[in-house]
Amino acid sequence: MGLAFEKELIEIRFHGRGGQGAVTAAHIVVDAAMREKLWGTAFPFFGAERRGAPVTAYARISRRVVPTKSMIRKPDVVVVLDQAIMNYINVFDGIKESGVAVINSPTAPLPAKLPPAVKLYIVDATRIALDLGLVLAGWPLVNVAMVGALARVLGIGSSSVKEAISSILSGRAAELNSRAAEIAYREVVEVEAS
Amino acid sequence: MVRLTLTGNHCVAYAAKLARVKVVSAYPITPQTTIVEKISELAETGGADMKVIKVESEHSALAAVYGAATAGLRAFTATSSHGLLYMYEIVWWVAQARIPMVMAIVTRTIGPPWNIWTDHHDIMSLRDSGWLIAMAENNQEVLDETVKLFKITEDPEVFLPGVIGLDAFILSHTVEPVEVPDQELVDSFLPERRQPYVIRAGEALIMGNIPSDLLANFKMREGVHRGLRNAEEVIERVDTEWGKLTGRYYGGLVECYRCEDADYLFVGAGAWVGDMRIAVDKLRNAGLRFGVLKIRYVRPFPYAKVLEAVRGRKGVLVFDRSISAGSAGPIFLDVTSHLYFSKLKVPVKNVVAGLAGFDVSYEDFSRIGEAFAKEVSESGWVDSSLVFYP
Repeated sequence: MGLAFEKELIEIRFHGRGGQGAVTAAHIVVDAAMREKLWGTAFPFFGAERRGAPVTAYARISRRVVPTKSMIRKPDVVVVLDQAIMNYINVFDGIKESGVAVINSPTAPLPAKLPPAVKLYIVDATRIALDLGLVLAGWPLVNVAMVGALARVLGIGSSSVKEAISSILSGRAAELNSRAAEIAYREVVEVEAS
Repeated sequence: MVRLTLTGNHCVAYAAKLARVKVVSAYPITPQTTIVEKISELAETGGADMKVIKVESEHSALAAVYGAATAGLRAFTATSSHGLLYMYEIVWWVAQARIPMVMAIVTRTIGPPWNIWTDHHDIMSLRDSGWLIAMAENNQEVLDETVKLFKITEDPEVFLPGVIGLDAFILSHTVEPVEVPDQELVDSFLPERRQPYVIRAGEALIMGNIPSDLLANFKMREGVHRGLRNAEEVIERVDTEWGKLTGRYYGGLVECYRCEDADYLFVGAGAWVGDMRIAVDKLRNAGLRFGVLKIRYVRPFPYAKVLEAVRGRKGVLVFDRSISAGSAGPIFLDVTSHLYFSKLKVPVKNVVAGLAGFDVSYEDFSRIGEAFAKEVSESGWVDSSLVFYP
């Protein structure tokens, strides 16, 4: 069934760079969850953002209405859009012991501070984006592909992800991102932390 | 009806479109900006028959909207924080002139320093101005209450402007699943615009001039108060009607969550009421019977409902996200003053929290609730009437 249906509440933190679409990724996940009769909220880090600087975005998913509006301090799931960020930010900060990390990486990265019980998933979202020509201003667009990988881990169906993408994006962006999400959904794998 | 995942700001924009607002004027200020962006988009390509007037300041924005509303059109604006302070002169003018209109305030703290996060200091500056003040807990309520406010403010018993308050970022920029009602449903709910008088081109009329009759002027002020008091019954009626149409009845002026057998009550307004609900569930699991009294309208202040909810409790904790500096939190002041006149003796404590956007979660409310229950059961009263948290 997947994480989203097993736990009372799933709290997700996205790590990316300003302009990479972490907020849109959080939005699409919640929209896809809604299509699976789940509830949720998605929100940015509250403050000014700069292009290229490390940013976070957040989502909560639950079988019931989510009344809390407070910050997420102990995420169940961490999603990393750019693994280079891990060199200078502890993306696992506060992660629950039974937590899950979904990282954009061709190979298992070396997470120095990965708590022992955390499950690690990787997907090569950068390659998927480059293969599809999903590039804007020199940046491969990986955010929606990462939603595809995350949805698989959460147990959210790929058709719900597809519907969510076409409800939030439009035109060629929706089409290409939809394909990226589908490929990432298929390719995401669990790996041992090395 | 369609279900979408929307930010609080986009809910406001959709509500304005559904209410068939004809004129919008606003000046962009974070975190309100995406309301006006979305409204502009809906006016340009979304099929909304509305005119968006660009202006150079919030003062002019409200003046433009006031003019349009006085001329008989349904009109709307949105602002936040310093933007509201900049339009403050016109805020009073609109209410004293008894012109119905609706404004959204994305509640944000006031500088210095420049801080765009939520607290309620901006919206609470409207307390004495004659505007109705609604506060939303979630995005569905933002959309629903904005639509309802048009009906409430345009009721002849009221004829006053109204504001919907939504917390910066934690509602304005947070996405939630929201039911967007059909246009036909809103059309059947909202009557033709009504207002006390209309300015028409070519018809000579003097208004707002230096008064020759000060008693008449005095009575105008009294009338604003009476209009707000009348609004209580109208709010209840309109909410009931909305509930029948949509299945979403919010309790009118207040909502009481798990109050029936509660020994202790949290009282508060705005988005953090959601966290209070979770705290109540947790405290009850730990054997402490708490409930939440959610204040949906700060003006008119629903004192009869509050007294009814507070009566017989062992203790009441009033949370304010702003402070009347040198006195106490504004909601606390309203609650306690009306308790005094009704001769109800209940321990009430004011917790001023979440100022400047400082995060407050259900864990904080649980902690504060637990300590409060201990304090009241040990001393029979409260040690101090006002505390800051943290």
